[in-house]
Amino acid sequence: MIIEKFLNKWILFLLLIIPLCGLVFEEPYYITLTTKVIILAIAGIGLNLALGYCGLISFGHAAFFGTGGYVTGILSFHALNDELLFSWPIEFFGTSEMLIIWPIAILVCAALSFIIGLLSLRTSGVYFIMITLAFAQMLYFFSISWPTYGGEDGLSIYLRNSFPMVNTMDPFTFYLICLVWLVIALFVSFKLINSAFGMAFQAIKENEERVKSVGIETLKVKLIVFVISGTIAGLAGSLYTDLNRFVSPSVLDWHTSGEIMIFVILGGMARLYGPIVGAAFFIILEQTLGAYTENWQFWLGLILILEILYVRSGILGLFDKKKNNE
Amino acid sequence: MTSILFIEQLLNGIQFGTMLFLMSAGLTLIFGVMGLINLAHGSFYMIGAFCAALVAGITGSFWLALGASLCGAAIAGVLIEILIIRRLYRRDHLDQVLATFALILLLSEGVRWYFGAFPLYLSIPDSLNGTVPIFSEIIYSKYRLFIILMGFLIAVGLYLLITKTRLGIRIRAGQNDREMISALGVDISKLYTVVFALGAALAGLSGAMIGAIQSVEVGMGEPILILAFVVIVIGGIGSIKGAFVGSILVGVTDTLGRVFLPDLLKIFMQPAEATAIGSSIGSMLIYILMALILITKPSGLFGKS
Repeated sequence: MIIEKFLNKWILFLLLIIPLCGLVFEEPYYITLTTKVIILAIAGIGLNLALGYCGLISFGHAAFFGTGGYVTGILSFHALNDELLFSWPIEFFGTSEMLIIWPIAILVCAALSFIIGLLSLRTSGVYFIMITLAFAQMLYFFSISWPTYGGEDGLSIYLRNSFPMVNTMDPFTFYLICLVWLVIALFVSFKLINSAFGMAFQAIKENEERVKSVGIETLKVKLIVFVISGTIAGLAGSLYTDLNRFVSPSVLDWHTSGEIMIFVILGGMARLYGPIVGAAFFIILEQTLGAYTENWQFWLGLILILEILYVRSGILGLFDKKKNNE
Repeated sequence: MTSILFIEQLLNGIQFGTMLFLMSAGLTLIFGVMGLINLAHGSFYMIGAFCAALVAGITGSFWLALGASLCGAAIAGVLIEILIIRRLYRRDHLDQVLATFALILLLSEGVRWYFGAFPLYLSIPDSLNGTVPIFSEIIYSKYRLFIILMGFLIAVGLYLLITKTRLGIRIRAGQNDREMISALGVDISKLYTVVFALGAALAGLSGAMIGAIQSVEVGMGEPILILAFVVIVIGGIGSIKGAFVGSILVGVTDTLGRVFLPDLLKIFMQPAEATAIGSSIGSMLIYILMALILITKPSGLFGKS
């Protein structure tokens, strides 16, 4: 455990030092890369709550990640073209203010994860996995066939949305904004996990029947966790659109769900910092292997299979002697 | 005129449904007998299509190509079962999902590596090219009719296999109580390999048959894999009968929805809007169907609760 804590500090340190070096040596590429790791890690932190701590194997978190992304893209698109988004109850032309976009993205994703959760949580086991997958695919096909916002080609927003007093087009500024969100996401999950409510949802992962027998409405608990989890992923999606200044149906694709899941598993399930390690490892792998071969996903697949068959505890788990001896 | 179009599209839906059945029968068998969620099932669909395209390119014979798709996918199935899948049966669903997802990455990139990124083409043999009159005014593609026929033949064959043969008895016994049949002296690991290879072969065959209508390319198995999941969720996981009913239901709903929903909406909407909304909702229709069925029957139409 001590090594793991030490490692966690190192990870945060690296997330700070790499962009700083990028700033000093004028290599904005590394700042953007770190920002990408941070955003993907936020999505992973969201999924980790449902998957790692509560045992809800959602294979459809791309639905929330992508919806967050599309909400941001659409609002900004309307603001850019000065086009009416809706006229009731007030006339609304979209917005390019992050401070307005975030709450809207959060609300939409919370509502969506509430609906999907309500329907999916009626089932369990394999059915749950496949249904969450199917709902995400439904949105994916919808995004492809809906022509207004680019359909298959995606939607460009050209300029990053704005934040009061700062220039978000500056990579370092945008990195800092994302870093703040990462800290908030970590803080929220830390508080949740250690609360009475957190005890309840972690107990559900171990034995749902027993939790029921002490009088806790497990369905309600699971639904709340699912909504929080989806909302965090949605927020990450919103930041992701701003990072790329582009959103396309690929954020809703099931490969995205799989990748978010990979961040959680590679880093180590039910570990607070796991998704950060997983996302960082994934991006490093993509960058290094991708430089040598076009088929880097072949090696990613191989590494993943070996990890699942033989290591099983994620990267952080390797440093956790206590767990390994169990 | 519309009734001709309707029957034509209905047949298209059934044709799509029978191919979905070949995919979902394997998936549901593998889940029912081994308790394994196999996301990599779509990869066998792809492997079958590529084997067929390869053999058709060399020999020029469509029938040999179909045989190659069956054998190629079955061999790939046996190898992958022995090397990887076998270790996953005792794991939880999450490990299975991830390992088979990783397997998709591995197989897709492997095929891309070997064959390149360009799609291959598989042509329909001359004897099945062209159309054939069905009723008085309706003419329909021979090849699609052949697919429907093959699908039904295989469905009957599977039914006979499962109900009438020794292997079928073992498969059913495996679905009910794995430990008991291994205690009775059945070599359970060989049975698992056979079931897995059977599922892979069916997927490969459907890949080759669809590959002749569409193109043979990397990633072709993924859309149909997810549809096959929808099918087995609707039909009830583990039930072959459910897979059959679900396949036809999904195939017909999807095809008819995409074709007729825009026209239907045009009655009370602007044509442009109706086309846009109709096609978007049409593509979501089967998922809505799935949600409706799950609300009323959470374990599918023929699933055990």
